[in-house]
Amino acid sequence: MNGPFDFTLALGDDALIAAQRLAEWTTRAPEMEEDIALANIALDQLGAARLLLSYAGELEGAGRDEDALAYLRDDRQFRNVLLVELPNGDFAVTMAKLFFLAAYQLPLYTALAGCADERLAAIGAKARKESAYHLDHGALWVKRLGDGTEESHRRMQAAVDQVWPYTHELFTADLAAPVDPATLRSAFDETVGPVLAEATLTRPESRWSPAGGRTGVHTEHLSYLLAEMQVLHRAHPGAKW
Amino acid sequence: MSDARTAAASVVDPEIRVITIDELGILRAVEKDPASGRVTVTITPTYTGCPAMDVIRADIRRALAVAGHPDAEVRTVYSPPWSTDWISDSGRAKLAAAGIAPPAPVPAAGVVPLTLAVRCPHCGSPETEQVSRFGSTACKALWRCRSCSEPFDHLKAL
Repeated sequence: MNGPFDFTLALGDDALIAAQRLAEWTTRAPEMEEDIALANIALDQLGAARLLLSYAGELEGAGRDEDALAYLRDDRQFRNVLLVELPNGDFAVTMAKLFFLAAYQLPLYTALAGCADERLAAIGAKARKESAYHLDHGALWVKRLGDGTEESHRRMQAAVDQVWPYTHELFTADLAAPVDPATLRSAFDETVGPVLAEATLTRPESRWSPAGGRTGVHTEHLSYLLAEMQVLHRAHPGAKW
Repeated sequence: MSDARTAAASVVDPEIRVITIDELGILRAVEKDPASGRVTVTITPTYTGCPAMDVIRADIRRALAVAGHPDAEVRTVYSPPWSTDWISDSGRAKLAAAGIAPPAPVPAAGVVPLTLAVRCPHCGSPETEQVSRFGSTACKALWRCRSCSEPFDHLKAL
């Protein structure tokens, strides 16, 4: 990444793709309350995405607004981390993704709230309050499933093992960014460690760290997600209702 | 000036229709340019993704037009971020009267939050429990009273 545009675009893409994935749970969650919860968290992510992408468009100065950035780019032009584009899997995988993402976004937005860029600082100050709630929610489920029945424990551990390798990409150093993601690693570890321990889950030792999202090299899953997300806008350019 | 402020302040929240945007604390400023007569209203969202914002902007412009200010602009700011501490006392009373338990004060940074009981807005009992951390809108959670068995919304402290 290089400078505020790339950084803002990347964070906006993280939030947008996370929102789209979470929205897939709508009408499919294991219980009504959780259906509402996931839709609400998706809505928070979408709100942050709109602010970040609008600002990215202004920084770029090429006349692209939030819609142009969301709907008219192809997969290779997206800068989100791989973690958010991974399929939802079972409920445990979704909770592992939600928990790890929130444990990264909370210190990220908190640091952003104190950065020199006024617009990013305002977005950070706003979004961190919402992230704190997402983190609570994710941690609650990780503990409930991990320290639950034999079957829920097995599935939660499998989910953590599956998703964990994708957390390393979140902290790829970027000295040119308003907040260097590498500086967020310790806060993430301090949050995640005790929750996994309380959940009787083992933190994976895996050193495998798939990456590439920040440079536009994605998993195949992103293309399918974008096809569904963008089809209406592309089929009916400028449509309003 | 004052009538423009009064008109904007009278707009009700489209999702919680018992409370005005002024009482909710999302109306930040109303300014009128004495030369052009143009009114600029500044609002801030409760949550970043609040889907009611478009309706609120339209309602403000409509209220101002009715009050004789057809030339109005609605600006949205995000800083400082909205807090439930900005809900006025009259707003809290109206929420409670409508069966929505108002939020507790937001704990200061660094203070370990002590979870206080949420009182049932129907019978006043503190014997309540959370049913769902999220509710019918982004700003609410779903609770239930163990005394009178009624479910109720609770506006989450933010």
